Amino acid sequence: MEAELATFPRLLLEHAHVRGEQPATREKDLGIWQTWTWAQVADEVRALACGLAALGFKRGMRLAIIGDNRPRLYWSMTAAQALGGIAVPMYQDAPAAEFAYVLNDAEIVYAIVEDQEQVDKILETAPQVPSLKHIYYDDPRGLRNYEGVTSIDRLQEIGREFDLTHPDFYNDEVARGRSGDVSIVLYTSGTTGKPKGVCQTHSAFIVSAQGGCGFDKLDSRDSILSYLPMAWVGDHLFSYAQWLVAGMTINCPESGDTVMTDLREIGPTYYFAPPRVFENLLTQVMIRMEDASAIKRALFRYFTGVSRRCGSAILDRKPVPLSDRFLYALGNVLVYAPLRNVLGMSRIRVAYTAGAAIGPDLFRFYRSIGINLKQLYGSTETCAYVCLQPDAGVKFDTVGRPAPGVEIKIAEDGEVLVRGPMLLKEYYKRPDATAESIDSEGFFHTGDAGLIDDSGQLKIIDRAKDVGKMNGGAMFAPNYIENKLKFFPHIKEAVAFGNGREAVCAFINIDMGSVGNWAERRGIAYSGYTDLAAKAEVYRLVGECVEQVNAELAKEGPLSASQIQRFIILHKELDPDDDELTRTRKVRRSFIAEKYRVLVDALYSDRKVQHIETLVKFEDGRSGMVAADLRIEEAKTLPAVAAREAA
Amino acid sequence: MTPARSSGEVLLAVDDISLSFGGVKALTGISFDVREREIRAIIGPNGAGKSSMLNVINGVYHPQEGTITFRGEVRHDMNTHRAAAQGIARTFQNIALFKGMSVLDNILTGRNLRMRATFIEQAIYVGRARREELENRRKVEEVIDFLEIQHIRKTPVGKLPYGLQKRVELARALAAEPILLLLDEPMAGMNIEEKQDMCRFVLDVNEQYGTTIVLIEHDMGVVMDISDRVIVLDYGKKIGDGTPDDVRTNQAVIDAYLGVAN
Repeated sequence: MEAELATFPRLLLEHAHVRGEQPATREKDLGIWQTWTWAQVADEVRALACGLAALGFKRGMRLAIIGDNRPRLYWSMTAAQALGGIAVPMYQDAPAAEFAYVLNDAEIVYAIVEDQEQVDKILETAPQVPSLKHIYYDDPRGLRNYEGVTSIDRLQEIGREFDLTHPDFYNDEVARGRSGDVSIVLYTSGTTGKPKGVCQTHSAFIVSAQGGCGFDKLDSRDSILSYLPMAWVGDHLFSYAQWLVAGMTINCPESGDTVMTDLREIGPTYYFAPPRVFENLLTQVMIRMEDASAIKRALFRYFTGVSRRCGSAILDRKPVPLSDRFLYALGNVLVYAPLRNVLGMSRIRVAYTAGAAIGPDLFRFYRSIGINLKQLYGSTETCAYVCLQPDAGVKFDTVGRPAPGVEIKIAEDGEVLVRGPMLLKEYYKRPDATAESIDSEGFFHTGDAGLIDDSGQLKIIDRAKDVGKMNGGAMFAPNYIENKLKFFPHIKEAVAFGNGREAVCAFINIDMGSVGNWAERRGIAYSGYTDLAAKAEVYRLVGECVEQVNAELAKEGPLSASQIQRFIILHKELDPDDDELTRTRKVRRSFIAEKYRVLVDALYSDRKVQHIETLVKFEDGRSGMVAADLRIEEAKTLPAVAAREAA
Repeated sequence: MTPARSSGEVLLAVDDISLSFGGVKALTGISFDVREREIRAIIGPNGAGKSSMLNVINGVYHPQEGTITFRGEVRHDMNTHRAAAQGIARTFQNIALFKGMSVLDNILTGRNLRMRATFIEQAIYVGRARREELENRRKVEEVIDFLEIQHIRKTPVGKLPYGLQKRVELARALAAEPILLLLDEPMAGMNIEEKQDMCRFVLDVNEQYGTTIVLIEHDMGVVMDISDRVIVLDYGKKIGDGTPDDVRTNQAVIDAYLGVAN
């Protein structure tokens, strides 16, 4: 790496110099896409940095950043880094109480937040965070009469004045930055325990971004929609590190609710989404298809059949019979291309998914309609960068080969160990946790159980600590089963139990959109989630899904013992506000097992009905009780079948 | 939080208004004033004459007695069109939107009185028509942004849930850039979260645009929280007028709500 491009602020200056007039950032505002060029972004960042410096922000300080993906919030990161500071993006949908922990842990003095909602939350926590002194906001609406908070506009004004009297200040500060400086602290979502701050350096993220850009040949002509939480490592790699390394364009959606429309308008060439987003998109497509006319339904059914047969092979340039090629081309005109267009994916060259295992059928669907969806593997501690799937070597059940510069080893107990320049420097103020996860040889313990298959690709089975054994000795991989269930559009969330048990049982959350639509078309009246979830028809519908999963599991040798025997459809949706899901929406299995212990016990007894009362938190912070009598349903299981040729 | 908004100039003065339909007396001798930049609530049991009062203010009904002074001018022969032209906008108890039109188009209708271009100019989209179109669209987009309804911009109103339709109706009223905004039960039929959102929007409108607001509302919590002064009507008569605290302790009001025989 050239020394002069060793930090993000230097990369920004370089882009402003080389491609000053090219678009760097877009944001949809008042219904119109606004564009900032690299030169303009460099200027805005300079004003922000000078403003912060004029108001006392010093080298090594941490700047909290809270809000949706807004250009000025991304620029604030660079501004803090230009001054030798550290950006601390935080999850914007967390309630005020959760803010306090991170703000205190990171000893935040300066915070830049998006709007009134975030200002209110941060002011609410302020009494518990004595260090917090400066709060700046992006969107002034409703904030006119607030005291003790300043607008970013004003901050930049101060910065521009400061810059006039200290013309060399900014460049000197940028020049003082070193690649080994910590550039960002990302708080892990904390599947267990309190969140930990992962300290990453400029060089870790820059090396990762360079590796990724080189691998997929990304350059300044590419563009990406930035809509995932800024506190999430994936967004930081794709919308920030790769943005500044490749010089591509980031596009900020108008609001969280308009992402689908914005995606269609922008038509990004590069796309990143966790499996959940792909799942939701497909669910929406399926719902709309069910409402379509008979001819369209028939076309869709026929051609998705064709694409399932040969679509992936065509994308991978494998030999395909001429007749299938012809049918696929026809299907492309009639179904796949319009569908890609509706999804906003017409221009996509590379799309990645990560963060959780993706259901094979879901993955196959996107590839089969011509979207180059690939998987990658990584974590906050590794800059989201460990394994990538090469274009022609995409498999449904692996996460790819080690990325350039990354070394992988499988420990004896099956845990995946990685080493490379992208590893975290340390956990913030947690030497104990750092020592625990990085061993003496410099390998980071990922906590994931995996194996390397014969083509040299890594296959992740589950979280190492989640993989368990059933009483009969058979392997129990809860995620694997849950993902199979969640592939059905009617099932939104599933939690499987079976470790140290005789049988596998599951909790299920139905998908309100999909099942609601299904119920309406059948004239089934319901008043809300709890009511709908308890309907006998819904139980039958879910039961069919469970039985299909069982049929698949029966064919998978060692997993055939983990067929689901009994299940309950939960009376409430699992929610991060009730601590049942993490902020990145992964199920907290042990917490759920504890909270709904009566239900788990009921599943493993021979009861048919169980009464439960649950405390729920509403979005306004109040709480209430939901009570229900839940039915416990038996599911058909099948005898194990000899494993056929693996997919 | 609430500065002394009720100390502004009198914007609207209602003086001794009586309204009857045949033998039915809807309003009897009602007088009150609305000051600039204040949020004024009208409350009362069903059939107390609240909506009739709003209808009198924006010229739907013509009172048999009494005068209304708006911005220092005594009004004669009021009708809805003239009221709108003077800067009075309103929303309705049962939503009155064009169900088949998109949210954007519905809100644009609120700009109708701001359009000066002739029919011909608009048809061929030149000169003034083009400038106005851009200007109106910009204003509408500001309102959309303000009320956070970007995601439904192109959705036909009929497909929206009730709470959002209410918000679209408010948006249309705001698009007219009113001086006085009349809201007829803006929170009826909403859940707690929607009510909180609506409260925030009403307060924001008042603060950001300095719009004077007269609202009818049944939810006492909402009324007491957001209004500066409250008028209480019962059987077409005014039985209370003052700050929320005054009204809360007023015996006549308590009786009206608890249903004492009169």
